Amino acid sequence: MTATEAPPTRQLSYVGAVGEAFAQLMREDPNVFIVGEDVSLYGSVFGVTRGLLAEFGAERVVDTPISESGIMGLGLGAAATGLRPVVDIMFMDFVGVCMDEIVNQVAKMKYMFGGKVKLPLTIHTMAGAGTSMAAQHSQSLEAWFCHVPGLKVVMPSGPYEAKGLMVAAVHDDNPVMVINTKTLLGARAHVPEELYEIALGKAHVVRQGTNFTIVAIGRMVTESLKAAEMLAEDGLDVEVIDPRTLQPFDTETVVQSVRKTHRALIAHEAVRFGGIGAEFAAQIQEEAFDYLDAPVGRVGAPFSPVPFSPPLEKEYVPNAARIAAEVRRILGKLA
Amino acid sequence: MEIPKETLLDIHRRMVRIRVFEEEAGKLMESGKVPGALHLYVGQEAVAAGVMAHLRDEDQITSTHRGHGHLVAKGGDLKKMYAELFGRATGYCNGKGGSMHISDLDLGMLGANGIVGAGLVIAIGAAFSNRYRKTDNVTCCFFGDGASNEGTFHEAANMAALYKLPVVFVCENNGFGEYTRQDRHQAVHDVADRAAGYGMPGVITDGMDAIAVFESAGEAIARARRGEGPTLLECKTYRYFDHVGVRGMGVSYRDDSEVIEWRQRDPIPLMERKLSELGILTAEQAAGVREGTLLEVREAIAFAEASPFPSADQLLEDVYTITAAGGKR
Repeated sequence: MTATEAPPTRQLSYVGAVGEAFAQLMREDPNVFIVGEDVSLYGSVFGVTRGLLAEFGAERVVDTPISESGIMGLGLGAAATGLRPVVDIMFMDFVGVCMDEIVNQVAKMKYMFGGKVKLPLTIHTMAGAGTSMAAQHSQSLEAWFCHVPGLKVVMPSGPYEAKGLMVAAVHDDNPVMVINTKTLLGARAHVPEELYEIALGKAHVVRQGTNFTIVAIGRMVTESLKAAEMLAEDGLDVEVIDPRTLQPFDTETVVQSVRKTHRALIAHEAVRFGGIGAEFAAQIQEEAFDYLDAPVGRVGAPFSPVPFSPPLEKEYVPNAARIAAEVRRILGKLA
Repeated sequence: MEIPKETLLDIHRRMVRIRVFEEEAGKLMESGKVPGALHLYVGQEAVAAGVMAHLRDEDQITSTHRGHGHLVAKGGDLKKMYAELFGRATGYCNGKGGSMHISDLDLGMLGANGIVGAGLVIAIGAAFSNRYRKTDNVTCCFFGDGASNEGTFHEAANMAALYKLPVVFVCENNGFGEYTRQDRHQAVHDVADRAAGYGMPGVITDGMDAIAVFESAGEAIARARRGEGPTLLECKTYRYFDHVGVRGMGVSYRDDSEVIEWRQRDPIPLMERKLSELGILTAEQAAGVREGTLLEVREAIAFAEASPFPSADQLLEDVYTITAAGGKR
């Protein structure tokens, strides 16, 4: 490369983007600290907190016993008394052991107290199947939390989003759940070096298109982009939208798209039945019924726990081919 | 160490304040003026008063579903408390929380709580924050014998001892987890025994004797302030009324004779006898404290009843704050 060429955009992995967000946030604000199982000395089982102990010390990068209720309560009590904690719940499946703290305490405290408390609490966790970790280490449970008033929920789809949404979450004065995806950890993309926010509650049109809208979250954004390429061979011009924030949901951006394309499908990794896609689909038909030329489709996991055996798991997890097939099926219905 | 006369009188006043507040609240619930369920603190006043007499506004407490006594003793505004019980816009929580969620962040009162045992883990967070912010503030966590069977008790106790957090776990053992007697809900007699399992001191005190509570709590709080870690302080006390409301006699889960026996050791006359023996409070003066409190309480109730309900447009306020992009909020 010669000096006259534009400088390459800096590439960073998803895991690196999360780690960089943590480090920059902690440099920016001494009230930011991270607490969770094996986040300090070990650097987190996913590597997202590696290096933080050396720079910030054990007072701000806090290892805990395996006590999720205790960890979440610690974060809540600290947030209510002036700190800005990041609570790490290693696997999303473990939320079951701190569900009261999240649902009855963290989410409701502001409302129950008549708004007289500020809770700048970030809950960071790791979701997703595809690593043969079986039924208790692979779930995507985002819909549970979108249903609870008081929580904001974000689901970063790539490294750029992983950093920008984490920064926005930690800066926010409300409890925000950041659901990262473990199979995206190695993904690389351009990530600006500076501290930047991605606005919460604002969807991103990842790919412009004219005659079909796919709304995809988390890793399904990548899969939907691949599906869009496959469908382009059929002459279809697919728009792909990444809501980025699931709660509050950017209905407006999605509905605008559907009014243009007249057809929509929602793709997520979570179980289809009762998944967040059901809510998205309902909102689309409520707001754009007269514009729809086909039923709103949904792609998600089948109604079973995540299986262990690799061939079974491969069958379980949605992918680009399945998304493309579902789009074709919907279009076939039109013929 | 000799307790100053002013402190003794202050503890007495706090107890009377709780008693009168709760008796009047009970009447309001019985008459249907106050909606929902009230869990009354009557009988346990010595605990809240004895502990709170040590605390500053910056020291936090976490409370329970039976939480009125804690906030009254911490210095809560009776008008705002009653207004909250009545569901009025002038209440502590603008009428959105009610009895079980009364809170006052300015007084370090991090909320009554509708979930048994929930305050335990919130307390360790406040205590962690006290140390992180380099203060010598202490967090006192109130909970019952029932809550000592929740997982949160064990997680909080372990973490507090591990991190040597400035927290005091005040177990108000009133003999019942809801309607289930202690010997039907746990095999141990003394909750304080459990402290040893977490590497912290366990202390038992007479929860009907405010001076005993004051002395035991004083040691535990001083230890926490010095950075020497948590204490589990078990106060043996008794709930005069039912889990909810004011009944309490003629019930299936306990004998009336037991209630009568405990009432003979009522913390307020007990304190008044001691203060009288010390020559610092006469019977007339004690009656005067009660009369004065009753006037204040009636004034607070009148304020609450005259207050407006929250308007419908407040329904969706304070779920969370919707924020625009850019900059800190």
